[in-house]
Order: sequence, then structure tokens, then C-alpha cells
Amino acid sequence: MSHISHPNTNKMSAHMNLTLKVWRQKNANDKGGFVTYKAADISPDMSFLEMLDVVNEGLIKKGEDPIHFDHDCREGICGMCSLYINGRAHGPKRAITTCQLHMRSFSDGETITIEPWRAAAFPVVKDLAVNRQAFDRIQQSGGYVSINTGGVPDANEIPIPKFIADEAFNSATCIGCGACVAACKNASAMLFVSAKVSQLALLPQGQQERYQRVQAMVAQMDEEGFGNCTNTGACEAECPKEISITNIARMNREYFTSKFFKEEEIH
Amino acid sequence: MSNLKTTLSSSLGKKIVMSLTGLFLCTFLIVHLIGNLQLFKDDNGLAFNAYAYTMTHFTPIKIVSYLLYASIIVHAMYALILTSMNKKARPVGYAQQNGNANSPWTSRNMGILGTILLIFIVIHMNNFWAQYHWADLPYAKYEVSLTDPADVKFTSIPFDGSKIAHTDYVDIEHGVKVLIAKDLYLIVGELFKQWWYVLLYVVSMVALAFHLFHGFRSAFQTLGWDHKKYVSAIRFIGEWGFGLLIPIAFAAMPLYFFFFK
Ligand code: HEM
Ligand code: FES
Repeated sequence: MSHISHPNTNKMSAHMNLTLKVWRQKNANDKGGFVTYKAADISPDMSFLEMLDVVNEGLIKKGEDPIHFDHDCREGICGMCSLYINGRAHGPKRAITTCQLHMRSFSDGETITIEPWRAAAFPVVKDLAVNRQAFDRIQQSGGYVSINTGGVPDANEIPIPKFIADEAFNSATCIGCGACVAACKNASAMLFVSAKVSQLALLPQGQQERYQRVQAMVAQMDEEGFGNCTNTGACEAECPKEISITNIARMNREYFTSKFFKEEEIH
Repeated sequence: MSNLKTTLSSSLGKKIVMSLTGLFLCTFLIVHLIGNLQLFKDDNGLAFNAYAYTMTHFTPIKIVSYLLYASIIVHAMYALILTSMNKKARPVGYAQQNGNANSPWTSRNMGILGTILLIFIVIHMNNFWAQYHWADLPYAKYEVSLTDPADVKFTSIPFDGSKIAHTDYVDIEHGVKVLIAKDLYLIVGELFKQWWYVLLYVVSMVALAFHLFHGFRSAFQTLGWDHKKYVSAIRFIGEWGFGLLIPIAFAAMPLYFFFFK
């Protein structure tokens, strides 16, 4: 039997030792600050969140308060995990959430800085967990369609061109994690809002509320205190679902059309 | 009216003001550049001084120029308002932020670049616009031969408030077309010999290049003019035209005067 040595075999199995600079903050009113921890004997195959679990187990054993962070599905679909890692939303890799980020993306001995999403509209709840209900309120203000109850319509009764369906679906992949806000230098929520506006504006089912929706959602976005887009493109670059800023241009069109050419008005 | 007010005070409304004023300033740059290219003519400023007179005395152009002053003020004011709102949207910043990983430098520094432009515009207006309107400039007299337009006699006339004014007539007797105009060309030539002014000018044109490299494309995105059919054309014009060619052409004028005149 020949011995096949993969160039990465050694690195893969060797465990890593890391230094973490973690933002700790007791509650929304606490000033907060960085605390340094050692993360010893970490497998490169762990996800970033599993690495934090290991650190937290150590803290719990010592009787200390574990680091609070958000997570749920741990498979990149729920949008609960967050974390600003080494100056990037969801860490150094493109198109993934923090729960899908693996420790092999870091090197042994590295110091990793971990911060919460920073935005006035996303106040820190504790440590790395922030309150993202502002997104829920935006969604509630207009991100719905009216549903006709009654008999089941034929599946092909409403034809939708494939490229429209695809575009709507791309917009609908937004998981509402808030990385766009976190990465934007202006803490703008326009990528999120535009994705939600687009997914419904593109489809026949979304037409009834189309022009009210965009006005209501933009008004709520402003009300929540998010910043203004300067088209840097940081949001689409950091979005785990690669939502494109084409959506923002579409939202602007929807908004100006509704304000200048349509009867619908919100109060 | 109240609808318009709420629209323009929304985040997207402020952005539309920003983009429209920005694009208006872009169209002005083209006109300004074409005029300034007259400086390269070796005619003692005949074409340039005639151009300067038209720009300040022809009513439609005067109206546009007031619109232009308003645009600069509104653009800068909205830049200030939007920037301060954006600062408020993130009261606690990041300890570590790797902006280069996700966005171009120009797009993140529009405010700084714009501030350089504003400072430049103020100094520039003070040097040329205010001088032209209010200072006691010497006049230039050009006598252009009616038979040979290349034959021009130039005389400088010192300022004399009681006697001199802009004049433009044909003198059949002597076979010449006479133009007596404020000699702005002289002022330009003198200023472009000062190293500090040339430096300021060139630095400002670099700032303009960066501002428009991002800004031109960005304005169309703000207006929602984003379609794969023409977005590459907009990008091309923004980056090569406004981001490179136009600033270089502007910067070439002071450099030409400084080194070759
Ligand atoms: C010749 C002068 C100028 C021209 C041609 C110009 C042009 C533009 C254009 C086309 C944009 C893009 C608008 C958009 O993204 O929708 C822009 C944005 C911007 N400008 Fe200017 N500008 C000029 C002067 C200034 C000055 C004097 C300032 C500041 C005092 C300034 C500050 C800004 C800022 C902060 C932005 C980014 C705003 C945003 O993207 O929302 N600009 N400019
Ligand atoms: S935990 Fe669900 S997306 Fe990361």
C-alpha cells in the first residue's frame, strides 16, 4: 500500500492555538470593552461558532460568564449568527455566514478580533448579540402580500417569465442577518430593504401593495435610524447570500415611481 | 407639495438631490473645459477673453450659472447632512475595519474628496470669478485683420474707470475687427506661474478624478438607472471620461503655463 501524503494532512490534523480579542458588554447601557482570551487546542475543522463554544465551556468551568452570541440553525439559512471578525462581517470569506466559517480559514497563533454588528439601529443586547428587531419592523411595515382565499387556482394560471422568477428568487434568498448594515460604512439597510421590496415587486402576487410597500418600508427604514447608501458596494460583497446592489437601484426606481407617478400614499 | 417635501426629506429623496446636483456639476465641467481649452491657443488670450465675456453676459448662460452656484451649495449642504446622519447611524465604530476588502477607496471617501473640491472652488472663484467681476483689470485690445484673421494686433490698456468698457466693432476704414475686453487671460497667466497655485490645482484635479471615478456611476445607481444594457457604458464614461480624461485636461492648463510659458 502506497503512502499518500496530502500536503494539507499535517496542517489539518494539527490543532491550533489562537488569541481572541472579544467585545464584552454586560447590557445595552454598559460601556463595554475588549477582553482577551486564549483559545487552545482548536481543531481546524471546527466552525467559528464551535470554537466559541469551546472557549465558553472553559469559561463556564471557571465560573465565568460565557460570551453571548447569536446563532440558531448553524447551517447558513436562518440568519441568526453574526459577528464582525477581523474587520469583516461574517469573517474573511465571501458568501458565507459565520456558522459556516471554519477555523482552517485562520492560521495557528493568529489574534482574532471579534466585535458585534455596529449600528444605532442594532443596539447591543449583550456582548456580541445585537437586537435586530428593526428589520422585523421594516418587514412588518410592508413586506407582505394580500392573499385571496377561495378555490385553489391552477398552477399555471399566472405565468411568470423565468428570468423574472429567478431574479425574485435571488432577492428572496436574503436571510436578514444584517451583514449589509454591519459592513456598510454608513450603517445603511438599503440592501436588506431593497431585497425585500424587490422579491415582491417582481412577482404578480406582490402588485396590490407594490407602491405602498416601498414607501412604507423606506419610511420605516428611515425611522429606525439606518444610514444612507453611498453605493460603496460593501453590502453585496459581504452578503452571505450575494444579494446584488441592483436591488437598491430597483428600490430607488420603485420609490421614485411611487412618489412621483402613483396615487398610493402612506400617512 | 407636502408629498414632495416628505419625498425629498426621506433618505432616498436626499440621495436624489445629491445625484442630480452632482450630475449637473458634471455637465458644467464639460462646458467649462471646452472654454478653458482656449487657453492653449497662442493668441494673447483673444479667444479666451471673448469666451469669458460671453459666459458672464449672455442671459441663458447667466441663468444656468446661477443654477450652478445653487447646485454647488445644495450638493455640499446635502453632503454634510447625509454624512452627519451616517455618522449618527453608527455611534460606536469598529476597532478593526477592513474596508479595502469589500469596497473601493474612492467610494468610502467621497466626503473628504468633496471637501477638497469645495475648498478649491472657493479659492478658484475668488481668484477668477471675483477678480473678473469686481477688480479693476487691465483691458486687452485686439485688432483682427478682416482679410487675414491670423493677423492680430494686441495692445494692453491699463484700467481707467472713466473711459474703458467692453467694446466689439468692425472698423471698415482700417480693415480690422476690434475687440476690447477685460484681460482675464493675463490674470490666469500670472496665477499659473505661482507654484503653490499650480500645486493646489493639480491636487484638486486628482481629488476631482477620484470623486467622479465613483460619483458618476454612483449617481446613475441612485437614480435607479441600472440596466445591463447600458451600465457598462455609464461605467466607461465615468471612469475614463470623468475619472481620467477631464481631470487630466484641466490639470494640463496650469502645468502648461508653468512649464512652457
Ligand atoms: C465639481 C464639483 C463636483 C462634482 C462634479 C460632483 C459630483 C458628484 C456626483 C456625480 C456624485 C454622485 C451622487 C450619487 O452618488 O448619487 C457626488 C457625490 C458626492 N459628493 Fe460631489 N461633486 C462635486 C463637488 C462636491 C463637493 C464640493 C462636495 C462636498 C463639500 C461633494 C461631496 C460629495 C459627497 C459626500 C458625495 C457622496 C454622496 C452620496 O453618494 O450619497 N461633492 N458628487
Ligand atoms: S446560525 Fe443560522 S445562518 Fe448562521
